[in-house]
Amino acid sequence: MDYFAQQLINGLVLGSIYGLIAIGYTMVYGIVGMINFAHGDIFMIGGFIALITFLLLVSLGLTAIPLILLLVLLVAMAVTALYGWTVERIAYRPLRHSFRLAPMLSAIGMSFVLTNYSQVAQGARVKPVPPIITGGYTLHEGAEGFAVQLSNMQIMVVLVTIVLLAMFTWLVSRTRLGRDMRACEQDQTMAALLGVDVDRTISMTFVIGAALASVAGMMYLLYYGQVDFNMGFVAGIKAFTAAVLGGIGSLPGAVLGGLAIGLIETFWSAYFSVEYKDVAAFSILIIVLIFMPTGLLGRPEVEKV
Amino acid sequence: MKSLKLIGLAFGASVALSTAAFADDLTIAVAGPMTGTESAFGRQMKNGADLAVADLNAAGGVAGKKLVLDAEDDACDPKQARSVAEKIAGAKIPFVAGHFCSSSSIPASEAYADGNVLQITPASTNPLFTERKLWNVARVCGRDDQQGLIAAQYIAKNFKGKNVAILNDKTTYGKGLADETKKALNKAGITEKLNESYNKGDKDFNAIVSRLKKENIDLVYVGGYHQEAGLILRQMRDQGMKTVLMSGDALADKEYASITGPAGEGTLFTFGPDPRNKPSAKKIVEAFKAKGIDPEGYTLYTYAAMQVWSQAVKKAGTTDAKKVMETIKAGKWDTVLGPLEYDAKGDIKQIDYVVYKWDAKGGYAELNANGT
Repeated sequence: MDYFAQQLINGLVLGSIYGLIAIGYTMVYGIVGMINFAHGDIFMIGGFIALITFLLLVSLGLTAIPLILLLVLLVAMAVTALYGWTVERIAYRPLRHSFRLAPMLSAIGMSFVLTNYSQVAQGARVKPVPPIITGGYTLHEGAEGFAVQLSNMQIMVVLVTIVLLAMFTWLVSRTRLGRDMRACEQDQTMAALLGVDVDRTISMTFVIGAALASVAGMMYLLYYGQVDFNMGFVAGIKAFTAAVLGGIGSLPGAVLGGLAIGLIETFWSAYFSVEYKDVAAFSILIIVLIFMPTGLLGRPEVEKV
Repeated sequence: MKSLKLIGLAFGASVALSTAAFADDLTIAVAGPMTGTESAFGRQMKNGADLAVADLNAAGGVAGKKLVLDAEDDACDPKQARSVAEKIAGAKIPFVAGHFCSSSSIPASEAYADGNVLQITPASTNPLFTERKLWNVARVCGRDDQQGLIAAQYIAKNFKGKNVAILNDKTTYGKGLADETKKALNKAGITEKLNESYNKGDKDFNAIVSRLKKENIDLVYVGGYHQEAGLILRQMRDQGMKTVLMSGDALADKEYASITGPAGEGTLFTFGPDPRNKPSAKKIVEAFKAKGIDPEGYTLYTYAAMQVWSQAVKKAGTTDAKKVMETIKAGKWDTVLGPLEYDAKGDIKQIDYVVYKWDAKGGYAELNANGT
């Protein structure tokens, strides 16, 4: 039972990380209807910027951890958002009225550009940070000496995921910008006729998506203690899978999908073999998609005429 | 060099411009992961090779020619290693010091054999490298079966009756090392409680760490590289475990300590006795330090590979790879690692492994005979 509880914690945290990245994926898809394959790399850029800001602040002599974290978060979100805006401006906007696959291909190209750019700019080595948020709680000490541990960092990852999910659900459903976004999703021409600035709204979507990715990048950096130029690829694939599993376009779906994949991987590793955890996760993805083609919380696509 | 290149260009665009075109120069190669996740080791190799070439040139070159170093990048990727090897063989380079990853050295060695290139690896410890009866391969480091044996002896002595687990990362190096250690452990009467593999590149090991916790593992042996080993250790400590982590020579990099932080204290690994402390290396270590380079890990091994080759060329009086290899296997070579002798397969005769321990300050030191 203790073992199960510990693995449940492991799975929930891993799933939250996936979900955190998947929110950005699903948001861009929901509004623009395009899969932003460069999202994983924007996430990686966010991790690097968080790392650079962190080292900069520490070398300036700051010691208050909460203040550092807040500053790192703000800087990482701002700079990464700028990246998101630039990517959209350079690679997607000129292709918006082209055929459907064109922006997707340029997204894959952008993903390579960002990966290689950070390899050249930052070097190929893994960049580690020493553990920043330490400590935790022993929830339950079992009879055979098995202690269920919950670290502060794990609590933070889960909390950040919940807060961001709530914030962005509110943003999309309750604000002016959110209304514009939903209008653009339904019909860009009609939205433009009714006075919605489509270009600006889509730009904002990418800016917000990138800022979300940077939060995920920062959490990843803090939790695993390292970033490297290549980490966007695998993380991006997992998050994309999470978004599809949850129903792409749905924000709660992204987090739910992330949690599902995290839990499947963890429990498979816990009770069967670690070797086949990815096989297990993707097999379940396929089975779910056979019976629920739009994912767990997705809406059926209405063909636009 | 620049003027030579200009002269070369003057010969006309129709002549392919290759370094072999210059009669006064002899190109040799160093190949390893200059980019990618193992690039820390590639840089060690490049540092070692650079200084070796500079020193050999200062002493009058090899076979009357000035050496030129060609550094090639395999990114620890078997496919890229193979194409690097074909490129080197195509350029008629007689000698390569490389590669780092066993999974690169092994496929590359076949291309070298076909292309008449002599290959000495400073770092690839998988037994298979020299076990395939290729004529052109040798190493200046030890083998995983020796490494596994030393690790198993240590575990059998210090962890008798305790719970041991073995993990590997499914790479040629990691799996090979884990298998050899398991074999030696089982022979010593210790059966592991858990034997699992993970994917190289994984970041989240919490599930497997909890499994180790459930089995009350006292020592986990990891056949793999330092990034994953570092993360496994960090996540073990986060889950409140005191399990000792033991691994192989891939942990001989400062990056391990920067991943684990002070939690890395007590981590064990097997590696050659630190070549930096050998009397034979004193002068060269100083030369490195004067250039601001700490010759850690495989730096001096790469230097030694260059020494073995250059001395054998001098003795054989030719750079022909086959003749040089015969000479290498017959002689005794005076290197920065001390004297080296070879068997018919191309392995060194000395068993060259000891157990090291990481300390809290991000350094590592050899354990003495008492295991402390």
